[in-house]
Amino acid sequence: MTVPALTEPRPAAALAVAERTLPNGLRVLAVAKPGVPLAEVRLRIPFLSAEASHPAHAALLSDTMLTGAGSLDRAGLAAAVQALGAYLNVGVDSDRLIITGNVLATALQPLLDLLRTVLIEPTYAADEVATEQERLVEKLTIARSRAGTVAAEALAVRMWGAHPYALDLPLPEAIQAATADDARALHAARVRPAGAVLVVVGDIVTDAVLDQVEATLAPWTGACPAPDVAALPTPPAGPLLIIDRPGSVQSSLRLGRMALGRSDAGFPALQLANLIFGGYFSSRWTENIREDKGYTYGPHSRIDHHVLGSTLMFDVEVATEVTGPSLLETTYELGRIASLPVTQDEVDAVRQYAIGTLALSTATQAGLASTLSALSAFGLGLDWVIDHPARLLALGVDEVSAAAARFFAPSELTGVIVGDAATITAPLAALGAVEAAG
Amino acid sequence: MPQLTTIPSPSFELVHHTLDNGLRVVLAPDRSAPVVGVAVLYDVGIRSEPEGRTGFAHLFEHLMFQGSANLEKLEHFRYVQSSGGTFNGSTHFDYTNYFEALPSNALERGLFLEADRMHSPRITAENLANQLDVVKNEIRVNVMNRPYGGFPWIYLPAVLFDTFANSHNGYGGFEDLESATVEDAADFFDTYYAPANAVLAVGGDLDADETMALIEKHFASVTKRPAPLRPSFAEPPLTAERRSTHDDAHAPIPAVAIGYRNPDPVGSLQEHLAHVLLAVVLSDGDASRLQRRLVQRDHLVTDIGAYLGEFGDPFDERDPTAFTITAHYPQAESLEAILRAIDEELQRIADNGLEDGELDRVRTRLLSVMFRELDAVISRTLEFAKFELIYGRAEMIAELPQRLLAVTDDEIRRAAAGLTPNRRAVLELIAGGAR
Repeated sequence: MTVPALTEPRPAAALAVAERTLPNGLRVLAVAKPGVPLAEVRLRIPFLSAEASHPAHAALLSDTMLTGAGSLDRAGLAAAVQALGAYLNVGVDSDRLIITGNVLATALQPLLDLLRTVLIEPTYAADEVATEQERLVEKLTIARSRAGTVAAEALAVRMWGAHPYALDLPLPEAIQAATADDARALHAARVRPAGAVLVVVGDIVTDAVLDQVEATLAPWTGACPAPDVAALPTPPAGPLLIIDRPGSVQSSLRLGRMALGRSDAGFPALQLANLIFGGYFSSRWTENIREDKGYTYGPHSRIDHHVLGSTLMFDVEVATEVTGPSLLETTYELGRIASLPVTQDEVDAVRQYAIGTLALSTATQAGLASTLSALSAFGLGLDWVIDHPARLLALGVDEVSAAAARFFAPSELTGVIVGDAATITAPLAALGAVEAAG
Repeated sequence: MPQLTTIPSPSFELVHHTLDNGLRVVLAPDRSAPVVGVAVLYDVGIRSEPEGRTGFAHLFEHLMFQGSANLEKLEHFRYVQSSGGTFNGSTHFDYTNYFEALPSNALERGLFLEADRMHSPRITAENLANQLDVVKNEIRVNVMNRPYGGFPWIYLPAVLFDTFANSHNGYGGFEDLESATVEDAADFFDTYYAPANAVLAVGGDLDADETMALIEKHFASVTKRPAPLRPSFAEPPLTAERRSTHDDAHAPIPAVAIGYRNPDPVGSLQEHLAHVLLAVVLSDGDASRLQRRLVQRDHLVTDIGAYLGEFGDPFDERDPTAFTITAHYPQAESLEAILRAIDEELQRIADNGLEDGELDRVRTRLLSVMFRELDAVISRTLEFAKFELIYGRAEMIAELPQRLLAVTDDEIRRAAAGLTPNRRAVLELIAGGAR
């Protein structure tokens, strides 16, 4: 019995984006995507700032923005959202504030009304802010009790030094020092329409939605301030930093370096090289250290896109007793893909995987909304999604091998590892330079 | 407050067929996008593991990916991914699933891959040893090296339930996992992976007749074996409160899980749905009862949640199923105050029922969440397979909105009235990582 061949692919129905920049400067993208009777909403607001107090103020704003607006108190706002079958959430990182929502499509207008109230009449009541301040400190404490968070924070510091990107999560002292006035002032300064992008995807009529948004959000005015943040430094390579987690049954290895953004002509080849190395299950890294050696539940490599630059990141948790051998195999696979050509079979497999999973990830309302929102920060849109398969199809072994040679050299990676230092230091030191965290 | 007057109701075209070897098939054609979902659910999960073999159902799930009748190790993954698709499997208390999301031009390939391992997985000592290491690393990353790892799903059943089937560690102890043999795996496959003990669901861009012919082509030759008799795992409600503690070396602040044995989710569906709505009333969003009381007013907890089913899916299990409330809280000495506040809120619902509009808004929200789950073809396909397996009818999904609309305020009051202190198991997580 042989494995059945693929049949002729069926093209996806063409999607169309309706787009409008409102008089207040808000860019609105709407896509009709029937399926389930819902609409997905993403409002992305630039939030990059070099101010030292910004991460704490932004986190507090994010956690308290929905604790009251206009005449609605916290429970009243939440009940009004729930009655629409809706959900609203605010998230923040170094680059952006994002308000994520979904709603029964027939109730999009009342959700937009609530969103307007939150945007232009937020309360930031002192007691609610105090409640969330304490919770935020607890949540940060919990986050930092995870080995992965410790490793990610240490790697960010090592890669970015004094740059604001070095601080992913705010410090508890800074949260405790922040006030309701700080959140309110930050909202007034930065939660503004000009520069922000609103995406609506779902069981909607696009032109009607653009009109609805324009009419509803007209009272929201002002411009997001221009970013004042310096360019990213080049992360220094160097010794592997060992952070002690006494008694840890696993070691968390994180490696990183600069990569290419989606608009760069070299990006598609790098994307495929990354998949071959460690970006999907059938990758070299996974087949080696999981399916052959059993050192880990799964290694992953990926390309992250930030406003100021893209990064190639590697992460894996390995059993403590095989930490040295895991680094050996990881370095071997990095060196191999950086030094020797990939194969045509590998390129064919990852190309198909990249094309197929791009289609799957944009086949749902939520997936398409999130993709369009993320792309909007880089000046890209649905065209990028539609045209990307052709870019991938144009690549051959040579281009992908060249990208691998340029980006996967182990000597150029910045690295940290969190684990039981007493056990793992000697085996790691046998393979290359290490440094103990102070 | 804006109110919705009409709730949309989904409708699906479903085609049923049972092969001669007993395999139940559900097809859900939807040609709106060129993608398909293929899902096989076997009617065996954590509860059917033999004593001394905790974690075996999950270890066996891993072995089902290690090659099969016509496929070498690694080929299953490669065929799915090089077709542009994704795959996974997961082990639940009452079933185990295997699935692929694929471009529709890989439909027959997906069916072949599932049929090939239903015929005969390639279980060797080498593959077993390798996947034993992988599973141990999965447990290390998800449980042993993680704050709150496995809490409460691994630990609460041991307090809440009595039988081995219901109370044991579903991820497995390392000793049990290490003593698993190739022969155990062969026996487990023979007993539980019979086609008559499985449901195949295929959804998305497909023609029902052509697909049924392909299914006959690939699955009809799987040897017919009797489906094992599934014993009842039901346990009656507790009559006296139980308490226990769990030490977590990494957790920086304490947590608690409170479990109640709930009515039969299949046989007492109406009561079950009242509990599902009660969980939303209690903890969904800032307007919910427990958020308002324990987070916002009393500042007792950092977060709190109520849910049904060990993994948070209320339709994932047969009898028994648990109603669980979990919370993280900064002060260890607050536990009694937390329990008292929860009891008071439950009593308030039992005595006074819901507020004006409360039932409507939580029901609307719950339906919206359920619709959203159905958007991705593979999620929808898995839901059809699950409802076919657990409830005997994939059509149940389309009927849930009407059934939820039939739940009354009185039924939710009764559900709340049943969650009394003498019926609960309380598991306190001791924070070993507190500074």
